[in-house]
Amino acid sequence: MIIKTPSKNAAHEHEVTDQAVYQGRRKVLKQLGYTGALALLSQSAQANPFKWFSDDDTPTFKRNPLSFEKSDALINPMTQEGVATSYNNFFEFGTSKNDPVENAQGFVVNPWQLEVTGMVENPIKLDYDDLLKRFPLQERIYRLRCVEAWSMVIPWIGFELGALIKAANPLGSAKYVIFETLNDPAQMPGQRSRFVGGGIDYPYVEGLRLDEAYHPLAIMSVGMYGQTLPPQNGAPIRLVVPWKYGFKSIKSVVKIRLSDKRPKTTWELLAPNEYGFYANVNPEVDHPRWSQARERRILGSKLSEQRRIDTMMFNGYDEVASLYSSLDLRSNY
Amino acid sequence: MTKAKPATFAMLKKPIRVHRGWLLAFRLMIHSIATVLLGLAYYNAINGNVSGDPVQYLLDFTGIGALNLMILSLLTSPAANTLKFAQLMVVRKTLGVYAAIYALAHLYAFTAYELQYEWGLVLSEIVERPYITVGMVALIILFVMLLTSFSAARMKLGKYWQRIHNFVYVAVLLGCLHFLWSVTSNWTEPSVYMGITLILLYLRRKKIQKIFK
Repeated sequence: MIIKTPSKNAAHEHEVTDQAVYQGRRKVLKQLGYTGALALLSQSAQANPFKWFSDDDTPTFKRNPLSFEKSDALINPMTQEGVATSYNNFFEFGTSKNDPVENAQGFVVNPWQLEVTGMVENPIKLDYDDLLKRFPLQERIYRLRCVEAWSMVIPWIGFELGALIKAANPLGSAKYVIFETLNDPAQMPGQRSRFVGGGIDYPYVEGLRLDEAYHPLAIMSVGMYGQTLPPQNGAPIRLVVPWKYGFKSIKSVVKIRLSDKRPKTTWELLAPNEYGFYANVNPEVDHPRWSQARERRILGSKLSEQRRIDTMMFNGYDEVASLYSSLDLRSNY
Repeated sequence: MTKAKPATFAMLKKPIRVHRGWLLAFRLMIHSIATVLLGLAYYNAINGNVSGDPVQYLLDFTGIGALNLMILSLLTSPAANTLKFAQLMVVRKTLGVYAAIYALAHLYAFTAYELQYEWGLVLSEIVERPYITVGMVALIILFVMLLTSFSAARMKLGKYWQRIHNFVYVAVLLGCLHFLWSVTSNWTEPSVYMGITLILLYLRRKKIQKIFK
């Protein structure tokens, strides 16, 4: 049973279309106790087709246009914005792919504080405006390969992670960069309830080796498709590491800590045989439950807008290969 | 059909009997709901009316739909017993037929849209990935049941018919296992399905014990 305690953003919920329709199949079994067998069948099945009509009622998070240096990279075609912003893994807002877009619209991103701390000489605190202004913003059109064997092409806007870390002046002994997502159960239903959040211990933690973090392809993103990020994609600031599986690219980051010890990352803790610390995209190393050799590129929301393609080593970003020249990528998955 | 006996004890409920027309209407309703929803799901996926990934949407819809229908068909006989509503049993076959159709639609979505007819990969995934293997076994059982669901087949197969159709208990367990095994985390929902299935099987434990004797 999902028990939602009222919170500030709960005020939005009365504006939302019938919850049974919204949360669809996830609620079905909970309703078994109350409703007859047929009602069970019809509600579960109707849940999704009906959502088509109810989308307009969702209060939408307000995004703002950004000024940035446009990318001249040609990775065509890109994934439709509407798909990239409504098909998300962000368990803090629910484990179903369409939960985040439904549950995150009231998420407060301003005020925000991102701190860079730990083994640094010059700890930094950035508020919301700093995130958008402290570093010049660039557009980066990257492939995003999810560990679940689907992928998208997304135009991110952000700045290099290396620039942020250098600004904090890391100590020579720092070896790893550890990231943490906001911990705010009042705003994140998945953190309030283990049933909503998939049984993960929050806050979500990710990490990179310092040399990985310094690679110019690794960026902190504050926007996509020309505008600030929507909450379901990790507003106001998230990591994007395009040569690694998507779960490494942690969302809604509040803390970046430098350390000499490798962290245990969230998915590594949950299923160490399936998700490793490195999580480099690698077509030759299968996930224990599915093949990683190929992927389904999602370009749009129609069945005809899906392409089966080969997965590329490092997701096609060969320039990072030298980071791993002395590493056995099969055992360090 | 036996006439309703006068209740000897007050606690005994009167058996329910309804006009045949109602049963027909009930079955027609199941037919129309099941087909319309499946058609609508494919229609919306083809036309991009779903939020996010249409393939995942279809896989979820058909997979959960098949499990729901299987559980409903297993619920029919305990419900008919409890309510003393023997006529209800006619809907069990209708529900079972749609469970098989939804399961086939699930395999179709996986083959045609998730893997886009890469037959080599379809086969290797079925063989190499245990959670797909168990799902496939469940599907084959349902498919055989579907093919032998006609009265003529039932007559012809005689005692073997019941033996074949007893495999539904294996199919529903494998279906739940497939679901449980396929999720990355959040085992709540599949666990609830497994729990309900185990309760439904427990209700007919005597019958199942007989099968395995």
